[in-house]
Amino acid sequence: MLSIKNLHATVGGTEILKGLTLDVPAGEVHAIMGPNGAGKSTLSYVLTGRQGYDVTSGTATLDGEDLLALEPNERAAKGVFLSFQYPLEIPGVPALTFVRTALNAQRKARGEDEIAAPAFLKLAREKAAGLKMDFDMLKRALNVGFSGGEKKRMEILQMAMLSPRFAILDETDSGLDIDALRIVADGVNAMRAPDRSMLVITHYQRLLDYIRPDRVHVLAGGRIAASGGPELAHELEREGYDKYARQAA
Amino acid sequence: MSLARAIETGDVSELPSRRDEDWRWTDLRALLRVLPPPSPLYEGEIAAGPSAAEKTLLVVNGRGVQPLRVSDDGVLALRFVSATDETAHLARLGIEVEAGRTLTLLESYEGQGSGYVAHAELDIRLGEGARLERVVLADDDADAVSVSLAKVTLAAGAAFSQTILTSGAKRQRIETQVEHPGQGASVRMDGAYLLSGKTHADITTAVSHNGTDGTTVQLTKGVVRDQARGVFQGRITVAEGADRTDARMGHHALILSERAEVDAKPELLIFADDVQCAHGNTIGALDEDAIFYARQRGMSDAQARSLLTEAFIGEVIDRIEHDGARDVARAWAAQRLGGA
Repeated sequence: MLSIKNLHATVGGTEILKGLTLDVPAGEVHAIMGPNGAGKSTLSYVLTGRQGYDVTSGTATLDGEDLLALEPNERAAKGVFLSFQYPLEIPGVPALTFVRTALNAQRKARGEDEIAAPAFLKLAREKAAGLKMDFDMLKRALNVGFSGGEKKRMEILQMAMLSPRFAILDETDSGLDIDALRIVADGVNAMRAPDRSMLVITHYQRLLDYIRPDRVHVLAGGRIAASGGPELAHELEREGYDKYARQAA
Repeated sequence: MSLARAIETGDVSELPSRRDEDWRWTDLRALLRVLPPPSPLYEGEIAAGPSAAEKTLLVVNGRGVQPLRVSDDGVLALRFVSATDETAHLARLGIEVEAGRTLTLLESYEGQGSGYVAHAELDIRLGEGARLERVVLADDDADAVSVSLAKVTLAAGAAFSQTILTSGAKRQRIETQVEHPGQGASVRMDGAYLLSGKTHADITTAVSHNGTDGTTVQLTKGVVRDQARGVFQGRITVAEGADRTDARMGHHALILSERAEVDAKPELLIFADDVQCAHGNTIGALDEDAIFYARQRGMSDAQARSLLTEAFIGEVIDRIEHDGARDVARAWAAQRLGGA
């Protein structure tokens, strides 16, 4: 599925990713943990093609296809989805309009027919119910006036409706209380599938009690400093990132 | 000093220029060294107007004017058509809405010819408790010079709502002056300018609150690209003793190219003590973070920009009360903003 090799990337001329190598096979959920400033969000923006995040060397491919050569929307149409750490507010655009425009743009790029309005509304109702969201919220301007938790739930709703092949969840647990965390985690777990992979970026181990990763990686100093099974997350929770941060420095 | 005087007398020194404070961004004297000849009677084809209404008053090349007295509720299309290239004309029209009556006025400026010089002047009077919604769609020719001036006088308890939508002209000004008596009368004056190429649009408003307990709300938005120029001048004057006036003015513009320009002058002149007045003015570019967010979800760069721009202008269009006019306005804006 996703294969990153020796990736170097700069932001504003400063090198943040310094030779990152990572493989996430199809059907697996991998967690990336690490101290602040390790490059976790940079990795998510490099993979999705945000302007200002410049790859200087290395490769990132999705099922063998070069992701880095594609525009952000082309990557989305290939099935790359990022749940933002800080989802944007879009005044004047109802959530339903936004998601339908996005979904149809993706379908068009893949040479598929647009989704008809009744089928789209049925899908939206079904996915909103699954995330225990009031459907009327989808008629409001996207994320405008939403709480932090509501925004995160809206991210997962968009993910459920867009049905990506490869999803990156960037600090999805921040801003969520324990009930919301459980609902969001259930939503994410419901999407686990043999042909879908996920990269869960988090600072704390808490989220990983609900979304059980197949592998855990420590990102420190711009590269993967250690990898292991789910038990690595517990070790980090106990011992902190100090040892990896020191190694990286 | 006015374009009307200049057209009447043929004397270009009557044209307002940058030396007139209220015209400093819409200088006509520097633009028009000579006035074109008077527009002839036009008897050719007239293209269909933008709006459908039970009644239509068609003013072509300044001709066809008749005073209107509204004694029944209804919808009226008022079409100012400039049909002949490189000529000048002037139209003056009085509209009176009788006490307690409701009128929806769908006013359009239609540039069928090119390079014309046109001036329209409306004298609008609303009786006690009368209601008028005026929706102006200005589709002038890009080489035209066009000025519209509406003087609106309200009686107690009257409600005047207005939305101006314009794509500009070589030089264009749409001005509204309101005499507001307070006494429960209310004013909403909105506008949107969507400009490209080298067009210029100037939306100027002046509201005088002369009595107690009056309200005014204003929202004007603009989108300018290429080398276009948008001007907004909004003045609210609250006279001495016009207490409990509530007046709010907003102007927000998006500049989508480096060579585009927006000039704004919001003014609140307050001579009363007990009032609530506020104004807000912002000029900026589209939020690149929001564009990346939309692109990450699958929209192309152009699609994301046009979605966000339409949403920006949508706030003005949503406030149009008449359903048909709102639909026409939405389609008109979408057509001008599409593929941005």
